[in-house]
Amino acid sequence: MTEPLLLEIKFVADPSWLSTVRQRVRTAAAQLTADTGWVADVVMAVNEACMNVMQHAYKGDMAGEIVLKMRQVGAFLEIALLDFAPPIAPDTIRPRALEDLRPGGLGTHFIRALMDRCEYANLAQGAGNILRMHKRLIVDARRAEVRAP
Amino acid sequence: MSIKSVTQNGFAVVVLNGEIDLSRSQEVRRALLEPLAAGHPTLAEMSGVTYIDSSGIAALVEAHQAARKKSLKFGLLAVSEPVSGVLALARLDKVFSFLTEIPSGQ
Repeated sequence: MTEPLLLEIKFVADPSWLSTVRQRVRTAAAQLTADTGWVADVVMAVNEACMNVMQHAYKGDMAGEIVLKMRQVGAFLEIALLDFAPPIAPDTIRPRALEDLRPGGLGTHFIRALMDRCEYANLAQGAGNILRMHKRLIVDARRAEVRAP
Repeated sequence: MSIKSVTQNGFAVVVLNGEIDLSRSQEVRRALLEPLAAGHPTLAEMSGVTYIDSSGIAALVEAHQAARKKSLKFGLLAVSEPVSGVLALARLDKVFSFLTEIPSGQ
């Protein structure tokens, strides 16, 4: 059975959307835990992933469409970010070496550091790209007590 | 987000407030590079920054490198907790000069 979506947003690759996306993701993630650090990690990873799509997939074309979906899957939060830009070979998406001090190139490092898993793939028939990110849920003692019979 | 530039003790102090993301990071970049290009030691005052993403961090790195090229001082002043967390994540917490107040007599 597919878990219900915590959040689904469709927006365009215009950076002015990022603030709204962060706010919506923060609200959705906070339904799962009261741990503000965990929520902040999720918000940052999504922001960086959206930025990567805007800058590297759509290359600044602000009309490009992006779809973000969040759902709980077992012990994980799953986030899927879809774009409809020309396909990017997943094995070319790598973080840069941090010792190489230069502006830019940190987004992929942040995503990998903040999430437990992330996988890039192309949509069928070259229709675009998808990034799936997973982060293990935190057992929230206060909420567990509330749920206990 | 807001940006205000003032001069104090011989430093150009660029006061940043709010959320720095891709939609505004170019303005931050320009605000930091402008005084450095004019030869002024520069500080980014960040006590009011509530969020910064990798594009904002890139603006700080670029300013740091521009300052080094010109042998000018560049530092981060009163860095907020959200900013210090991101700098640590990028392993840049040993790269920048962190200050808690504006040095006297530049």
